Parts: sequence; C-alpha cells; structure tokens
Amino acid sequence: MTFWNEEIETKPVEELKAMQLELLQKLVERTYRDSGFYRKKMDEKGVKPEDIKTLDDIRKLPFMKKTDLRDNYPDGLFVRPYDELVRVHVSSGTTGKPTVVGYTQKDLDIWAESLDRGMTSFGMTKKDMLQNSHGYGLFTGGIGIHDAATKLGATVLPTSTGNTNRQIELMCDLPVTTIAGTPSYLFHIADVCDQKGIDIRKDTKLKKAIAGGEPWSESMREKLQNRTGIKVFNCYGASEFYGPMFLECEEQAGFHIWADIALIEILDENDEPVKDGERGAIVVTMLQKEAFPLIRYRIGDISSIEWTKCKCGRTHPRLQRLSGRTDDMLVVRGINVFPSQIEAVIGEMPFLSTFYHLTLDNDNYMDRLVVEAELNEESLTEDMVELNRMASKLDRRLKEILNIKAEVKLVLPGTLERFEGKAKHVTDNRKYD
Amino acid sequence: MGTITQLSIFVNNEPGSFAGISAALKECGINLKAFNIAESSGFGVLRAIADEPEQACATLKKKNIVVKLTEVIAVSMEDQPGELYKVGKVFGDNNINIEYAYAYAGPKGPAVFFRVDSPEVAIKALEAAGLRTLDAAEL
Repeated sequence: MTFWNEEIETKPVEELKAMQLELLQKLVERTYRDSGFYRKKMDEKGVKPEDIKTLDDIRKLPFMKKTDLRDNYPDGLFVRPYDELVRVHVSSGTTGKPTVVGYTQKDLDIWAESLDRGMTSFGMTKKDMLQNSHGYGLFTGGIGIHDAATKLGATVLPTSTGNTNRQIELMCDLPVTTIAGTPSYLFHIADVCDQKGIDIRKDTKLKKAIAGGEPWSESMREKLQNRTGIKVFNCYGASEFYGPMFLECEEQAGFHIWADIALIEILDENDEPVKDGERGAIVVTMLQKEAFPLIRYRIGDISSIEWTKCKCGRTHPRLQRLSGRTDDMLVVRGINVFPSQIEAVIGEMPFLSTFYHLTLDNDNYMDRLVVEAELNEESLTEDMVELNRMASKLDRRLKEILNIKAEVKLVLPGTLERFEGKAKHVTDNRKYD
Repeated sequence: MGTITQLSIFVNNEPGSFAGISAALKECGINLKAFNIAESSGFGVLRAIADEPEQACATLKKKNIVVKLTEVIAVSMEDQPGELYKVGKVFGDNNINIEYAYAYAGPKGPAVFFRVDSPEVAIKALEAAGLRTLDAAEL
C-alpha cells in the first residue's frame, strides 16, 4: 500500500483528535476575528473562541446553512480580500442567486492534497492517464480533479462533459486508465460503447473510475463494474467544502475523511450526536479553510461515520455512502436543483399560475426532469405560436437558472393537483438499483 | 356574411383525454360538422364547428371542460383544382395572416375554415374577389 502522506494518513486516532482540536481552536479564533457574520452568530449564542476547550465543545458553536450563503451573496462570507484569492467558483443556490466560493492558494493546495491522498489510496499514480469528464468552468468538479491529478503527476485528458463519441474515441486511442465523471455519465458511456460494439475490457486500457456528484447506490456500482470491468470509486464533495474532496480507497469501504482537513459530525433530529456508525445529518467543519470559512455547515446530506481503522491502514474516519437529504434538494445530472429555484422562475412568468409539478425519471440512469406549469385563465389561448412562445420563454429561463435542460410542459388552468397544507411539488421516480 | 363561431376545447396531452372529451360530446348531444386537433407542449386544442356553439359551450363548461369560443371564417369552394389558390392569393394580396385552417365537405359543397388575424378585412377582400363566405346556416 502506498500513501500520499503516510505520516498523517496513518496517525493514531488520539493524535488525530488532538490535531483536530488545535486546528479547530485556531479556526474559531481567526473566524471570530475576521468574519463579522460568524462573530455575530457566536455573540448571539454567547460563545467565545476560548470556550472551545475540547472537541466536544464544537457543539457550542452556531451552525451555518445554505441560506446563509444566499443571504450574504455574493461574497459576504469571504474573510480575505480579493487580492489574496486566486480562484472563485460558482454553483447553483437555493433560489435565483448562485453560491459563490473563493479560494486562497493554500485553499487550492489543501483541496488538491485531499484528492491526492484519495487518488493514491485507490492506486492511482503518475503512471495513470485520467480522462476527466467532469465539467470544466464554474463547476468545481472539472478543475478540482484536474489540479489534483496534475499534482499527482498523472497525465490529464481534460475532455470535460459531452460529446460522448469523441470521449469514447479518445479512450480507445489513448492509454487512458482512469476516468472521472458522474455515475450516470459513466453508464451512458457504457451504453454508447455497447451500441458501437466497443468492449471496454478489450478495446481500452480503462481500469478505474472516480464517480460522484449525484446520488447512486451500491447495486449501481456493481452493475457498472460488472458491465465494464472498471473498478469504480465513490467521491464526495460540495463546492462549499472546496469541491469534490473525499474518495474511497481500494477497499471501497467508505470515503476517507481526512481528519486534519475536515471534522464531520453526524447529528439526529434534535442536533444531538449519534453513535459511531449510526445515520444522521452530516454537519461539516473545514478545519483549514482560509478564504471562506465553513464551520458546522449543514450540508443537507444523510450518512454515518465510523472511526475504525480501514483495512488499507488509514486511521481517519470513514463516511458511508450518502443515503438521502434533509431538505428538498434534488440532484439532476450532477447539478443541484432546488424546487424553490423553479418556483422563483415560475413566479417571474406573468402567464403562469403559481401551481407547478416536477417529475424525475432515470431510464438507463440518465436523469430527466419534467416541469409542468399551469397557465392562468387569462393567458389560455388557442394560438399555438403564442403558446410555443410562452413555453420557450419558460424553458430558456429555467436553463439559465438551473444550468440544466428541463422538459417544459404547459398545462391547462386548474389541472395540476391542489394540496391542502404543504404542497407536494416533486415526484421522483428515479431508481438506483 | 359574417364569421362562424368555433368551439376551442382544451385538453391536457395525455392518454384518455380524447376519450373523455368525445364522451362528453356524446352525453351532451353535441354534433360536430368538422374539427381538427392541434397540440402544444403540454396540451392540445380540439377546434370544432358545432350546431348551436354558444349552447354547446355552456353545456361543456358545466362538465368542467375548458372551452372557449373563437371566430373563424368559412369560405365556400368548388371541388376542383385552383380553388385554394384563389383564396390564398386574396389573403396574400391583402396581407392577411392565417393562423390555421381546416377543410369541410358538407352536404352543400366543400368549404374551408380559416382563422385569420383580421377577419373583417378578409371577408371584404374575399367578396370583392367574387368568393363567397358562409354563415352558420349555410353549412
């Protein structure tokens, strides 16, 4: 077994926890000093940096939520000036406004460090060629994986998303050993290879894949591995963290959460910590983040964590596969979608009523989002040109806000189901088995 | 000569919708002389010429069917080549835009229903060119 940073990765748990406490104390101290937002939150709770004497004391600290990012759009949560930042990434927010995250050089280094430890842990080396099918640009997936693989010394083929025929041509012609992408895109590649009569086992050198960015299951992994002969390693991250961050080692037994980089709490409905191995809401503190501190952030994912030594020899805790959300966020083709974003777009359209319904399907694991929106009485017309104009206006605006294509259906006034109390806006028919 | 009142029946685009609408027409005793169906992204419109359209409209509304009345013009034609061109030329020369049209072969001869952007201008221009528009009783 090779390591990227053996000393840290195999440190005894007690030493790791001591390291975490020290990092946490420094983080809280500098955030209290530099962040008006977080200082106010701490003052409201009556907690001072010196109150953090043990790791348990983290529970005294206030939470951060996705809405805090929205309320402080675009950069109200940054504690470093722009001349110290070297990168900004942007992802979708809960309503019309996106989430903006900033990075110092040290932030980028830690991000790559985390991924490099992970890549090494599943056996990736400088000898590998990585085809990076994550989107390059504002999305963190593409450039994040790219930077880490470059630092590892691997050869990067930056294909980005789309143009599957070319992706397949390149993976056949070049000695690509590893591919990174969303699980649904990897399934799509497998489908297209089948149609073209390409046998991934014989016609390519692909052996490993990094898959993440959307919900998937263990049985999907088995299917993908059996179909392609590629060993697929799960990846966890979010732009609020840094981007994609935590990978599985070759044991495929959960994400290694580097304890010197992140402190993950798992909490029950009353925000009490659950026992090791029990499921609950993930709350993340990034211990070394500089530009945009993240303390007790409610990411909204559900999973469990265990501090048991992995067979690979690493001592850091392992987070299990995500098993749900605490909120109504949907992940569609790797992109976060909040029903509230769609609701906001519908509110902008004078020809629509306030009623809408979202339906999700994933035949062949390719997500499809259908947005049904109801015309209001006054706008109902038999003029098809006018109707198509309305539908395409909604379609364009949704694409702009969501960054993915949704299928728009205008329906007749009064035909979408009315609910007493909380409306049920989403029917998710996607299957992950 | 004037316009003809057409029923525009709206229905969501899903299996069984046409069965529902045609059952309602049967139950209400509404007879259609001509109709066509057009569809947009999520729903379709069944456009129909019926006897007593106002009454038919009221009856269908009572059954919670979304229906509107639309004015169209009916142009009488001979059953021979070149008839459509006569109408097309009049519309073209007078800058009249057609939204949609559908044909009808009634007992008193063929006619085409046109939905145009300016029906009064269209009727005058057609008559000036020697073409005949029909009223409901003549269908």
